[in-house]
Amino acid sequence: MKLTLRVWRQQNAEAPGAMATYEVDGISQDMSFLEMLDTLNEELILSGDEPVAFDHDCREGICGACSLVINGDAHGPERTTTCQLHMRSFDDGDTIDIEPWRASAFPVVKDLVVDRSSFDRIIQAGGYISAPTGTAPDAHATPVPKPDADSAFEHAECIGCGACVAACPNGSAMLFTSAKVNHLGVLPQGAPERETRVLDMVATMDDEGFGGCTLTGECATACPKGIPLPSITAMNKEWLRATRKVHR
Amino acid sequence: MTRTLWDSSVGKKTIMAVSGLIMLGYLVVHMLGNLKIFFGPDEFNHYAHWLRTIGEPFLHYEWALWIIRVVLVAAVVLHAVCAYQLSRRDLRARPTAYVHRKARSSYATRTMRYGGIILALFIVWHILDLTTGTVHTGGFQSGHPYQNVLDTFSTWYGNVIYIVAVIAVGLHVQHGFWSAAQTLGVGSATRDRVLKSLANVLAVVLTAGFVSVPVAVMTGVVS
Amino acid sequence: MSDYTNYRTGDPVADAKAPSGPVAERWDTRRFEAKLVNPANRRKHTVIVVGTGLAGGSAGATLAEQGYHVVQFCFQDSPRRAHSVAAQGGINAAKNYRNDGDSVHRLFYDTVKGGDFRARESNVHRLAQISVEIIDQCVAQGVPFAREYGGLLDNRSFGGVQVSRTFYARGQTGQQLLLGAYQALSRQIAAGNVELHARTEMLDLIVVDGKARGIVARDLVTGKTDTYFADAVVLASGGYGNVFYLSTNAMNSNATAIWRAHRRGAWFANPCFTQIHPTCIPRTGDHQSKLTLMSESLRNDGRIWVPKAKGDDRPANRIPEDERDYYLERIYPAFGNLVPRDIASRAAKNVCDEGRGVGPGGQGVYLDFADAIARMGRRAVEEKYGNLFDMYARITAEDPYETPMRIYPAVHYTMGGLWVDYDLQTTIPGLFAIGEANFSDHGANRLGASALMQGLADGYFVLPSTINDYLARNPHTEEIDAGHPAVTEAVAETEDRLNLLLAVDGDRTPDSFHREIGELMWEFCGMARTEEGLRRALDRIPQIREEFWRRIKVPGKGEQFNQSLEKANRVVDYLELAELMCLDALHRAESCGGHFREESQTPDGEAARRDEEFSYAAAWEFSATGDAPVLHKEDLVFEYVHPTQRSYA
Repeated sequence: MKLTLRVWRQQNAEAPGAMATYEVDGISQDMSFLEMLDTLNEELILSGDEPVAFDHDCREGICGACSLVINGDAHGPERTTTCQLHMRSFDDGDTIDIEPWRASAFPVVKDLVVDRSSFDRIIQAGGYISAPTGTAPDAHATPVPKPDADSAFEHAECIGCGACVAACPNGSAMLFTSAKVNHLGVLPQGAPERETRVLDMVATMDDEGFGGCTLTGECATACPKGIPLPSITAMNKEWLRATRKVHR
Repeated sequence: MTRTLWDSSVGKKTIMAVSGLIMLGYLVVHMLGNLKIFFGPDEFNHYAHWLRTIGEPFLHYEWALWIIRVVLVAAVVLHAVCAYQLSRRDLRARPTAYVHRKARSSYATRTMRYGGIILALFIVWHILDLTTGTVHTGGFQSGHPYQNVLDTFSTWYGNVIYIVAVIAVGLHVQHGFWSAAQTLGVGSATRDRVLKSLANVLAVVLTAGFVSVPVAVMTGVVS
Repeated sequence: MSDYTNYRTGDPVADAKAPSGPVAERWDTRRFEAKLVNPANRRKHTVIVVGTGLAGGSAGATLAEQGYHVVQFCFQDSPRRAHSVAAQGGINAAKNYRNDGDSVHRLFYDTVKGGDFRARESNVHRLAQISVEIIDQCVAQGVPFAREYGGLLDNRSFGGVQVSRTFYARGQTGQQLLLGAYQALSRQIAAGNVELHARTEMLDLIVVDGKARGIVARDLVTGKTDTYFADAVVLASGGYGNVFYLSTNAMNSNATAIWRAHRRGAWFANPCFTQIHPTCIPRTGDHQSKLTLMSESLRNDGRIWVPKAKGDDRPANRIPEDERDYYLERIYPAFGNLVPRDIASRAAKNVCDEGRGVGPGGQGVYLDFADAIARMGRRAVEEKYGNLFDMYARITAEDPYETPMRIYPAVHYTMGGLWVDYDLQTTIPGLFAIGEANFSDHGANRLGASALMQGLADGYFVLPSTINDYLARNPHTEEIDAGHPAVTEAVAETEDRLNLLLAVDGDRTPDSFHREIGELMWEFCGMARTEEGLRRALDRIPQIREEFWRRIKVPGKGEQFNQSLEKANRVVDYLELAELMCLDALHRAESCGGHFREESQTPDGEAARRDEEFSYAAAWEFSATGDAPVLHKEDLVFEYVHPTQRSYA
């Protein structure tokens, strides 16, 4: 396949950026999208240009590093991560626009690489269960009903890639935050910190400059792990419950 | 708790949801009251008068109406202020648009902001037209709402403004009602269809009910 | 320059920290004998932890909980992305919740045997003991393990064992365990006890007066190299499988931290012990950048076969039952498709070498679920393996419900690593290595679902107990002077290396060299090794290295975000580590576990160990690039599990 790529190039956080156009040839249908970019980068290096910077690591859809907006869609046209997107989803002669995640809470580091440490800070605000090593009772001391365990797992599947924020017209991190709030909130182990967790995480989410939720549903459509939109509703409920119970 | 509500994006959404539902409730009653116009001037004018006497003799004349007005003004102001602040936050959170543009989400969802602005302007006009009569055409007569309504809908622009606004109400309610349910945490995967249907029904009934009046005036059913 | 293969055998090494006495009591004994640091004094001690995977994340969190000041590094943008996240199958623990005869002793026995008698009994027993606590710890943190309808934890059996002791969270056990550790770490970051440096890569170790006292690290965003000092340094930087270019490791997993520590004096043990995982998706072409693992749990229900006839290129569904060779079931009737990884991998290689492989290039075997679907129904198969089937379909565009999957072995895990004693301390005092970065627990082959167990055992329980002893005995009072010759030398060496990479301006990319060394290693130091092949590789590696420094091209500058520079610098270390791996494989003229020397096999083609000569761990001491290292042997003593030829027939 022969493709035209229009790629966002930006030297660093301060520099202005712009779309640059490249032609790539000899692309196989079996290549992953990132392998297609590898091909471009090998050519760029040999011609003395700087390769296109992009985040990637596991390339099996679980680490959450890859983060490209492809033709206006976070992670591209399929519901998966960029690394699991294959070139068979495109046609010979296509022009493909490749941009970084856009949100002021995710500033561009270089080219297609953004800084997502704001997500880490949301987790640091309360996305954990305080269980210092050595304090745990036997694993069977507290049975967890299977539906609750399954629900916890479904929310815990979030890979923290940030596609939800990238897709949201408001740059909101509600889906990310709600995934963790619901994962821990539904488990008996998470109950003691249930109220402070949701209040602190939502407050940090706001402080980091993410937008509010207008329930457009874009986040859930873009989520490669299928975290559902009702996750946000459940967090709103948690938040209101906590607001009633905790007086600060 | 009040501070938490006001300081948080989720809290402001809650305020919007509650104030929106108050306004929605008012709209339903308002729409039903409007339909009295089909029973002729006497009944309609009498209904308008009765509104001022609700709660008597416990309440003084027009007190109930003023209580409702205060609550409504508070709801409108809170709704608008929260909407404004949240919108500013949203725009700040996403300052750079994607080069590759794509049409997104439903029409109603996307038009919440513009629809809200249209409605805010409409409310001002609507009050100046039919409550205070300040911008009314054809000689505003206090205590004769039937004639006043007829006057308004006898002008082309009166009809246009009103019908555009009513459609905006429909769209706003369609997304807003469902959205408020999510914000208040009453939505769930199983309840989603019911909520969405209810939102659609509310939107259609409100739009149809409100639009029926100018249509009736234009077609001469009400004269 | 001396001949690299002409190595000298130095003094034998002994694991001085392992107590004697009954194996089941050694860990308690060691913990009791260890000196402690007064809780009030702990915050005065700084510990550097490199890496935030299962081992590093859990260690950083636990040390901080104990009161130490932790400075932690990861090259990823977030600690949550360490490659432990990709582990699929599960984690072993001797809970015996199934009442199927499991016990700490059985897990210990299975692991020593599975490792083909090349691991330390003391370490393995400790691992089995701690396995039980790990599950408790993770459940308390909210790790959503699979549960049964009664609300209790579910278990499954996993490659090569006959009890159900594997705890799992669908096909994402590694992710869930890692997020547990990450969240514990996040809690400590918020509390100010852990200072995290993300997107920062360790490039050298600082050794002052014979003790590890800090690291040189490069901020990958600004490109600036900086020094960080501490009272002890913990390497949790993972394995070195990426030497092979194609592996199931993440693209950025690398050997630099452990290799630079090795160059500074930490011995490297059993570098040739690499695990080739039998169930990976075969490569599709030269563009392939990495290989994707399919969980081994698939072997519980899938049947592996190839056509009986050579070159049979009919589609799988057209090959009648009696023309199929279910070779694992045929050769190993007792274990069938569940034989250990090394055996399953080699068997696949053998049938492909016979010309009976399937798919492009004949590099694949079928993993067939037709029988499972007929027996359990499609729904049940979907429920159990749905996410894996989806992943396979996405990558290959084939529907595994209709046509059998194609699989082929791929490099997956490295059992070798920095030599550590029972305290997980390397030969450099104050330098510890945990998780896959060390060599200690798996011997010559790792059993499925044991890597997660070891990473967390080291990080949550072992290191936090043993490092106390070191810190109590080495209460550093004086700060390190940035002008100390050891510091300036390490910094200068790093900067010179980076500058040289930028200055060569040749005509080959870092990836092209990585691919070349990887293909060489796969060919000669992969699933089957021969003296002749290893010697050829050892001849070739110095030539590639020489060519590298002549022809490498790295665009851009050093003091900026520069992924080519990162990559090139990692390849520098692969080009040295590869040589040591080949030498280790050459010197170990026996077959054991994942290390198969064709010269040493039984008449029916199984790995033949030579215990009289090779019952030791080989710890290599660095001398100079390209110069023969020094071999130190640590004799392995088996008091409880007596070496026998492994038999899975």
